[in-house]
Parts: sequence; structure tokens; C-alpha cells
Amino acid sequence: MADRFDCIIVGAGPAGCAAAYKLASDGMSVIVFERGEYPGSKNMSGGILYSTILNKLIPEFWKEAPVERHVTRRRYSMLSKDSEAALDVNINAFSEPPYNNSFTVLRAKFDRWFAKKAEDAGALIVTEAVVDGFITDNEKITGVKVRMEGGEVLAGAVILADGANSLLSEKAGLREKPAAKEMILGVKEIISLPKEVIEDRFSLEGGQGAALEFFGQCLGGFAGQGFIYTNADCLSVGIGCPISVLQENGLKPAGLIEAFKKHPSVRNLLRGGRIEEYGAHMIPEGGFSAMPELTKDGLILCGDAGGLVNPSLYKEGSNLAMASGVFAAETVIEAKKRGDFSKAALDAYVEKLENSFVLKDMKRFKDAPEILRKAPELFKEYPEELLELLRLHFTVSEASKDEVHGELRRSFKGKVPAWRLLKNLWKLRRIIS
Amino acid sequence: MSNPLRGPSPGLEPLEEKTLAEKLFLVRFKVDSASHLILNKDLCLDCTVRACLVICPSEVYKWTEGRPEITVSYEGCLECGACRIACASGAIDWRSPRGGFGVCYKFG
Ligand SMILES: Cc1cc2nc3c(=O)[nH]c(=O)nc-3n(C[C@H](O)[C@H](O)[C@H](O)COP(=O)(O)OP(=O)(O)OC[C@H]3O[C@@H](n4cnc5c(N)ncnc54)[C@H](O)[C@@H]3O)c2cc1C
Ligand code: SF4
Ligand code: SF4
Repeated sequence: MADRFDCIIVGAGPAGCAAAYKLASDGMSVIVFERGEYPGSKNMSGGILYSTILNKLIPEFWKEAPVERHVTRRRYSMLSKDSEAALDVNINAFSEPPYNNSFTVLRAKFDRWFAKKAEDAGALIVTEAVVDGFITDNEKITGVKVRMEGGEVLAGAVILADGANSLLSEKAGLREKPAAKEMILGVKEIISLPKEVIEDRFSLEGGQGAALEFFGQCLGGFAGQGFIYTNADCLSVGIGCPISVLQENGLKPAGLIEAFKKHPSVRNLLRGGRIEEYGAHMIPEGGFSAMPELTKDGLILCGDAGGLVNPSLYKEGSNLAMASGVFAAETVIEAKKRGDFSKAALDAYVEKLENSFVLKDMKRFKDAPEILRKAPELFKEYPEELLELLRLHFTVSEASKDEVHGELRRSFKGKVPAWRLLKNLWKLRRIIS
Repeated sequence: MSNPLRGPSPGLEPLEEKTLAEKLFLVRFKVDSASHLILNKDLCLDCTVRACLVICPSEVYKWTEGRPEITVSYEGCLECGACRIACASGAIDWRSPRGGFGVCYKFG
């Protein structure tokens, strides 16, 4: 006889851990399978952890969780080939609890802590356990097959939180393999620097952190972006680029991150650093229209596996993952009470998502991926032009200001078709706010 | 204080340079005896795109002209999954490595 639980969770990332914590706290019997040596060992993000949900689950978690810094400074940069224009926002009020619910984290440490919390709450966490498929009874999912001796485990419901490369949602028949344009490949290095250097260089004090996002010509004029996030005594430095763009232009990811690090505005922020780790991970950024079906009899999809990443400038995934994990847990708790784990019963999960920021935001920004795809000039011509205008504006010369401004107008009109610029700016609203 | 016009001060050298191989050396891998990435080599022979050669951040796939075939250095796979998405022929049977094996980030 196979073991039987109220709920099986596949994957101990933020979605799976949130679900496990919630279920175990409510006294449900729950088992989590994680393929890594420890939870977090396979996981990589930028990453800012947005923690509104976590703070409700575990109030004042920051007092014990391995968070790196709380983010007070956000900087959005437009890069041309060799110059930069930036909007730099530093809000000291974010230094007060709950720290604006944004913390830099290193996932190998954070996920491990979160999984331990779920374990302390009563969840059974099994590491080094790969789930390869499902046990079904008349199309209804009743359990999972784990790649180990006697690896058949049964449950009322399975919560699938296996992340961006969700092989299992395809096996469950909920989706096809995602298209290359829907997936971003993120490549990141951990670069260590003394704490004091980080605080001096990024103008921080007492545990404050900075999140720097780079747009425009980060990747040699191709669609994509770069980032630098400050951790306690290292930086997370990386790039993200759609797989379709890499493929179509023959761009090798390892070369792209090197080029980004060498941009004059980036390299000076990395001086004196030592590379500690190199990693890569996908982000599902197809948005609302690329989302799979989220439920079927006995099964719920959470987090990245369900395509729940806000593809706008907000770049949120962690809080959508945790919110969906909690909603999935609530749904399973209700389903158990009624003894009904059918799709109809589990669709209460989708309703919860719809009534929350998760699907409201996914819908609000549903066009963002398409807009970015259709405006390649955002990454090449516009940044060059913007920086050229700024260069002209700031160039010290003996020309009168009237002459300078005339020159500015002529230069601008000649290069950027005005109607297209206006159209793009109008569309950009849908990405920014 | 350092004055940029007077050249670099000690401690402010550029970020160290590392090749991809050197970077991968920093990553902890628990290497299994068999590959978790199985290619359908017949499909690869007919493939003109060879997206896998471009897409992999770890450059796991190499085209060996003499053989001719794609070699797979699965030992350095970061398990991002990008090759599976990029290969339009569906030639890559992408399985998760055995439990506990494969990439194991310290930072992540
Ligand atoms: C470069 C990059 C930058 C990012 N930056 C941000 C950011 O700044 N802010 C933000 O909010 N989000 C960010 N994200 C997104 C965020 O990391 C994800 O949305 C979030 O991690 C999703 O959580 P999850 O639990 O759904 O999946 P994951 O965290 O991927 O967890 C999935 C887990 O399932 C396990 N697993 C998979 N398959 C199996 C199997 N078959 N059997 C057993 N276990 C399995 C994996 O090992 C893993 O532990 C970023 C992502 C990347 C790649
Ligand atoms: S793995 Fe796919 S992309 Fe690479 S050579 Fe084979 S068929 Fe082509
Ligand atoms: S999963 Fe990622 S790292 Fe591994 S071979 Fe495929 S592309 Fe390369």
C-alpha cells in the first residue's frame, strides 16, 4: 500500500513552501518533494523578495529569515553604448518595518530557511526526491511517482510548484512546451565585495539595499535588461533576455553577461569584486495569455509553474508564487472538509487568484510582453537618441543657448519618427503603471 | 581619497576576469555517472538551426565536425531548461538529474 497524505507538494521554492507552511499550520498531513540536495540548491533569482504574503504567514519574518538587505534605493537606468541616464529613487521611510516588503535574498539560503519553517510547522520535507509523474485514476490525479524505491505516494490533492521549467504541468496535460518568446533566460553572477565598499558605493547605511535595473543598450541593442542588486557582502549582477531573441540573433548568454559587466556605467560599480558563483534560470514572462489551465481533478498549479510572473516593469514573481501557494493551500483545506477534490471544487483556487492582486495584475499587464516584442527601437535607437540629446544639452561650448536648443530640436526631429515615438510612449504606459 | 584623474588607486582594480570554464569551476556540481540530457542524434543530424549551441549559458553542447555529432557535457549543466525550449525539433529528452545530483548553488 502506498502512503497517503492530505496533500502532496512538488517543489520547495517560495510557492511550495508557502503552501506547505499554510497546510501544515492548519493541521493537514502534507509531504513536499524537492529534487535538490536541500531546498534552494537549484534555485536562482535576481532577486528581490516581495514579502507582503510572507509577512502575513510569518509575522516579522525578517527577524529570523536570511534576508540580505531591505531595498530603499531603486534606480532605473537607460544605457546607450557608452553613456547612461538614470532615475534614482531613495526612500528612507522604507528603512522602517515592514521595510516596504522588499528584501534582497539569496535563494539557496532563503528557500532552505522557508522549507525549515514549513517542516517545523509539521510538513514532511523530502529532499533529493525527483517527482517524475503522476498516479491517476480515471484521469483524476491521485498521487505522484517519485524516482526512488517504493516511490508511489497518494494524496487528496497534488500542488504542483515545480517552477519555470515545469515538466510536470506538461505531463499532466495542462500545457504544451512553452514558446521561446515566452521564456526569459536569466544569467547571473555573485560578485563579492566588502560590506563597507557596497554601502559606500551605493550610498547605503544600516542594512539598506539598492536595486538597479538597466534598460536600453544592455545587451548590445537587443531586447533584454540588466540588473545589480546589493546583498549583505556581495552583489547579484545579471541579465535577462528572451530565449527567442538569443536564438534568432545567435547571442550566447555567457558572452552577453560579460558585455553587460563591461559597460562603462556598470564596470565601475563592480571594481575590486571577486566572482563567487555563476548561474542561470528561466523566467516565464509570457504574461496572462501564456498561462496554462491552473487546475484539473486532483491538481493545482502554483507560482512559476502556472506562469504567474508579472511581466511589467515591476518584475514580480516571488510574491505571486507565495500568494498562489497560500490560496492553493486554502483551497485544499476546504476541499478536504467537503471530501471533494474535483476540478470544480479546486477552481475555488482560480477564483481566489482572480479576486487578488495576482490575476488582477496579470490581466492589467497582459500586453506588456507583446509591446516589448513589437518595439525593438526601445532597446537601440531610443536610448542612443536620448543620450545623444542629453550629450548635446550638457556639452559645454561657446554657442549661445538658443543655438544649442535649435541644434537639439533639429537632431531629434531628424532621427526619431515622432508619430512612432508617441505611439510607443502611449503603449509603454501598459508596462510601467 | 582617490582622484580619478590620477589613475586607479589600490583596491579599485577592475573586476577580475574569468572565462566561462573558470566560472563553472566555482559552481558546485554533484556529477552523476550518466547524462540527464538525452539527444535524439538522428534529429540533430538533420537540424540546420542548432539552437542548442547558442542558447546554453554553460555551453554544454558542442558540435564535433569529425564525428559528426553534438557532444553533451552534461556535467556542467545549470539545469535552466533553455535548451529544451529552444530546440524546435524536440530532440532533447530533458530529465531532471537523479535526486541530489546536478547543480547545487551556494548562493543562488
Ligand atoms: C534572474 C531572475 C531574476 C528574478 N528576479 C526576481 C525579483 O527580483 N523579484 C521577484 O519577485 N521574482 C524574481 N524572479 C522570479 C522568481 O524567482 C520566481 O517567480 C519564483 O522563484 C517562483 O517560485 P516557485 O516556487 O514557483 O518556483 P521555484 O522557486 O523555481 O521553485 C521550484 C522548486 O521545484 C523543484 N522541482 C522542480 N521540479 C521538480 C521535480 N520534478 N521533483 C521535485 N522537485 C522539483 C525545484 O528544484 C525548485 O526548488 C526572478 C527570476 C530569475 C530567474
Ligand atoms: S538538440 Fe535540437 S537544436 Fe540542437 S542540434 Fe539537436 S535538434 Fe538541433
Ligand atoms: S538546461 Fe540550461 S545549462 Fe543545461 S544544457 Fe540546457 S541550456 Fe545548458
